[in-house]
Amino acid sequence: MRNFAYQRAENVDSAVAAHGGAPASFIAGGTTLLDLVKLDVMQPERIVDINDLPLYDVDELDDGRLKIGANVSNTDLAYHPYVQAHYRLLSQALLAGASTQLRNKATTGGNVMQRVRCPYFRDGVSNCNKREPGSGCAAIGGLNRSVHAVLGTSEHCIASHPSDMCVAMAAIGATVNVQGPDGSREIDFLDFHLLPGDTPEKEHALAQDELITHVTLDAPIDGNTSHYLKLRDRASYQFALASSGVIVATEGNTVRDARIALGGVGTKPWRAREAEQALVGQPATKATFETAARIAFKDAKTYEHNAFKVPLGQQAIVRSLTTATTAKHGSQTA
Amino acid sequence: MAQHSNPPTKQRKNTATGHAQYSESRRRFIKSVGVSSLAAATTGSGLGAAWAESPSRETPEASGDEPSDGQTRITFKINGRERQLDVAPNVILLDAIRDRLQLTGTKKGCDHGQCGACTVHVNGTSINSCLSLAVMHDGDEITTVEGLADGDTLHPIQQAFLEEDAYQCGYCTSGQMMSATAVLADSRIGSSDADVREAMSGNICRCGAYKNILAAIQSTRGNV
Repeated sequence: MRNFAYQRAENVDSAVAAHGGAPASFIAGGTTLLDLVKLDVMQPERIVDINDLPLYDVDELDDGRLKIGANVSNTDLAYHPYVQAHYRLLSQALLAGASTQLRNKATTGGNVMQRVRCPYFRDGVSNCNKREPGSGCAAIGGLNRSVHAVLGTSEHCIASHPSDMCVAMAAIGATVNVQGPDGSREIDFLDFHLLPGDTPEKEHALAQDELITHVTLDAPIDGNTSHYLKLRDRASYQFALASSGVIVATEGNTVRDARIALGGVGTKPWRAREAEQALVGQPATKATFETAARIAFKDAKTYEHNAFKVPLGQQAIVRSLTTATTAKHGSQTA
Repeated sequence: MAQHSNPPTKQRKNTATGHAQYSESRRRFIKSVGVSSLAAATTGSGLGAAWAESPSRETPEASGDEPSDGQTRITFKINGRERQLDVAPNVILLDAIRDRLQLTGTKKGCDHGQCGACTVHVNGTSINSCLSLAVMHDGDEITTVEGLADGDTLHPIQQAFLEEDAYQCGYCTSGQMMSATAVLADSRIGSSDADVREAMSGNICRCGAYKNILAAIQSTRGNV
């Protein structure tokens, strides 16, 4: 593994100053970064350790939102009593991701910054526009079954976003709080991850030396139930082929509010707004859910080996909505 | 504003194996050596091509007044014993444990956080030691499989793995046992077979001894 300079930052300002732009990386849990440095896919010359930064709190704000420190581990966030009580979807999604050991190390900010699992990105030699802009995309026309998207792809990149946590955050609604040399700013969670388009090497809205300090969740929808369903090749410790995170509120049997976000099928954490609109004001029935599921994938573009993700993703939506709206199975969260 | 304070993983807490709390000395220490080692490590344009040298087996422990250029002196407690090492920034915790401290019970499997053979406890929390820098563990308390037994008395999980025949080739076993002890010590993880299987899914057993591993863990429950 290549060597690099290492510096332990004591506060956010000194961390940002120490980073000073590329080629440098912040490290918290390191579970993505060190994996990719070992593969020589990421080549930071300087690593700034942010584990001493005071970003470990989870604060309920007066307006009902929840401000999560970037260093809170995936384990601690998943089991946090307030998250379990009011953001059940997030807890479920976090616990569906990775393994116990990885969740113990992985952090909230780091999970937002997780890189794709496309084998052509990770192998360090194949054509990959994300790793080597302009070199082409070996996944298009290659083995593109498991970690490749059908929504939001471009002719330059089709890698799916791997995070489960981000799917829940996309459904809940959130703000990413970041700090750079010129101060702090907020980025809407749905604007944080970028579609590959013509620039798949640009994955997020952060400037090079900006640091995620918090993720602030929107206030939970009153009286909602939710469900995270993750479908994969084995029952645990595997990235999603398709996942569906839904939040539903009903009046009687009529859908009052609904959120649908998808994982494994999109090039970013995928919020299916049109599908949500097809639910609101409609009876909470299988027919309604199937209509929403069709709408969610109406713009899908499939590749040689991943066309199955369209029906799989649609079925994930229907099943997660059914579970969420069935009293004995749905997770009451607020 | 109501505050919901976590028990943050990175902050010090009692370990699953009952070690005392870590006393805060890391920051002062890093302050004194961090600047010079950073300067040394960033010198020269050939940095990107500088690969880690094989750690010396002759001098595992740090010696001399100062670490050599490009190295940082770290001190951590491993299996109850304080050890001091001079490490380059890119030395992985797993390699420091195995190659420098000769604690070879911790295994290197995939080296990418996918198999769990390298699982150790850091401040009571199970982690993949293959995905952590040694230099990040100054001041930490680490427990490896060598730290489970009490002298000649096996830890209950070791005894249970023996009695339940919870391994074949044995290569994953130390990682399995380190995960198992952490799972059993974590009250947030459920006690059903399904809960344990899910919590243990980060430890791959190529021989497929999962059924007996589960039996060993469940038979140890309430006995640790």
